[in-house]
Amino acid sequence: MKEIILPDMGEEVKEATISFWHHEEGDKVTKGEDLVEITTEKASFQVETPVSGILSKISAGEGEVVKSGQVLGIIEE
Amino acid sequence: MVKCRVLDLGLVSYEKAYYLQKRLHKFRREGGIDDVLILLEHEPVVTMGRGGKRDNILVSDEFLQSKGIRVFEIDRGGDVTLHCPGQLVGYPIIDLKFHGKNIHKYLRNLEEVIIRSLKVYGIYAQRIENHIGVWVGEKKVASIGIGIKGWVTFHGFSLNINSDLSYFSLIRPCGFESRTVTSVSEILGRVVEPKDFRHRLIGQFGKVFNLEMEKNGKQVSTLDSKEIVSCSL
Repeated sequence: MKEIILPDMGEEVKEATISFWHHEEGDKVTKGEDLVEITTEKASFQVETPVSGILSKISAGEGEVVKSGQVLGIIEE
Repeated sequence: MVKCRVLDLGLVSYEKAYYLQKRLHKFRREGGIDDVLILLEHEPVVTMGRGGKRDNILVSDEFLQSKGIRVFEIDRGGDVTLHCPGQLVGYPIIDLKFHGKNIHKYLRNLEEVIIRSLKVYGIYAQRIENHIGVWVGEKKVASIGIGIKGWVTFHGFSLNINSDLSYFSLIRPCGFESRTVTSVSEILGRVVEPKDFRHRLIGQFGKVFNLEMEKNGKQVSTLDSKEIVSCSL
């Protein structure tokens, strides 16, 4: 089991919004592929799939405000 | 010092430039090329970032169509913006792993490049708190909106040099009123030679990002920008 964590995007970027997930729960995902897009006021940021496996849980849905370090979902390897 | 190749391309259609960005982004991520700064101009076009609201386009789709102005919904942050000839557009494709993985710092550095370039012309531009972009007095001269994937950047900034500002009446730029937009030539009361401005900006970009700027050098062998730009979509 691997948690998908929103990386540190640098100081002052404390909050961001989930724009969309590229996959749904239950989908097979591959390491390195785009997994979820986050947006701040002027930037869009792609979070990549950390490990290959099944996206078993999405903890932060579209439109949700998230913070660096927050768990966005879980992948079962 | 990390190198940065400058692609100074002149007028390029939005689609072709987008395709070029994606190609170079992929190459940069794979480590096959150095950082790249694409400089170009677009024919009149409206783009909507992820925060884009249709309400901020003030005219109908039919009207835009009649003027040959297309609207693109794109993968950058920010609201609605407009590009037109006379506006300098910059798309840095740079790997932030070598520039500190800090989105806000990157945005502030883009502002800094523009502020320093304007200063060369005696224009004192500034940032406004909570609104990324570059302002002269109450008016906005440059807009910024970026995308990041694998810590490599795409999209970038647009700076009005000799733009026909009447185009901006079609939109509420970044959600602001269109009358708040200005250009370098409006501020100075004279037309500025775009080539000179680009030259200054390239110099400032190298200083701010600590990059060795290489214009049309032979160092990038894996791509031919002209070939990529001219290929069909």
